[in-house]
Amino acid sequence: MNTATKTPARNTKVMNRFDLTSRLVAKLKNEEAVVGGIGNTNFDLWAAGHRPQNFYMLGSMGLAFPIALGVALAQPKRRVFALEGDGSLLMQLGSLSTIATLAPKNLTMVVMDNGIYQITGAQPTPAAAVSDLVAIAVASGLRSSSWAADEDDFERLIDQSLASDGPTLIGVRIDDKPGTGATRRDPVHIRERFMLGLGVRQPL
Amino acid sequence: MALAEDQSSLKSASEKSWHGIVLQTLKRNEVRLVPYVPDRVLTPLIKNLHADPFFTTFPTAREEEAVGIVSGAWMGGMRGAVLMQTSGFATLANVLASLAVPYQIPVIMLVSERGTLGEFNYGQALVCRTMRPVLDSLAMEHHTVTRLDEFEFIIDRSIKQAVTTQAPVALILSPLLTGGKVFDK
Ligand SMILES: Cc1ncc(C[n+]2csc(CCOP(=O)(O)OP(=O)(O)O)c2C)c(N)n1
Repeated sequence: MNTATKTPARNTKVMNRFDLTSRLVAKLKNEEAVVGGIGNTNFDLWAAGHRPQNFYMLGSMGLAFPIALGVALAQPKRRVFALEGDGSLLMQLGSLSTIATLAPKNLTMVVMDNGIYQITGAQPTPAAAVSDLVAIAVASGLRSSSWAADEDDFERLIDQSLASDGPTLIGVRIDDKPGTGATRRDPVHIRERFMLGLGVRQPL
Repeated sequence: MALAEDQSSLKSASEKSWHGIVLQTLKRNEVRLVPYVPDRVLTPLIKNLHADPFFTTFPTAREEEAVGIVSGAWMGGMRGAVLMQTSGFATLANVLASLAVPYQIPVIMLVSERGTLGEFNYGQALVCRTMRPVLDSLAMEHHTVTRLDEFEFIIDRSIKQAVTTQAPVALILSPLLTGGKVFDK
């Protein structure tokens, strides 16, 4: 069930998380960092092809954007992407204001909006039928925030974000499918690989 | 000349204050990123961090968000510390148990202690009692700092230990150190 379709602001095409994640990953040629949020966003990131610059969250629901902000501040020359579910973002709407204030040029955020908490049983979020997350982002000060109309538009918005002089947020409406893969749940290994991938650590 | 002398004695006075010690020790240990949710007691520290271009310091909406930010920054090669009060710490059990501890990320936390030694708000006193049990339940390193003469040693060594052992640490700043917040209406 996806009551979100009734919200007029979100009359964009219903896409698929794994397909969009694969499209994003296929574009990455410069060791860009990608932070996948709790559950499905990081499962699909894992399934789209493991890269050393991927970080997979195994908990801390809602912190994909803050973690990505930290990476972006530490490495201003590297492009940082963050993938977050709509339910997760609702936990940290305040982080949108923090990001708007710090305005890192190298941060692109993607909100995968299925209107539900898919992984816990597909219950609708409190926002599903009434709120527009992209409008919330704009009102939080993230001026470069928009809904992707379809897959081509998503790719265009990703490309556009690379040249942007501030942070970008892209909302995508997605179906109610679960994630495709399952991340290996080894937090120390995930963190160490990520730090190697970011050039912060050297191999032993 | 007289002005320069005045300023240098002012400077050394603030270096010997608890907040001067925090600022100098963070700097010496290359801890640059300092997000915070404010507390009255932390005001002079926050003000001086903002005034010093070495630091990137800013407010966040929640303490959890600040822990996420410094965790990401650490993985990207930049050290950070989070400033908060006791009630802010009380919101962190989830992020500590699911991010900082299992991923072995040295999150440095400076917690202004409310809720004890003259607390006037019963709710604050109760929140304070949840802090050490949470830290102990995760076997996290923590110290309660009460004395100015020990403070530099504790904070400097704790930062170094957090970084080298890749473990988070909480430094609880007692009212005995900071003066705390007293009932003023
Ligand atoms: C603080 C907290 N509350 C609840 C949960 C349980 N939980 C895990 S994932 C999830 C839903 C995530 O929803 P969303 O971000 O929209 O992603 P989706 O599952 O729809 O892909 C919930 C409620 C949790 N892990 N942490």
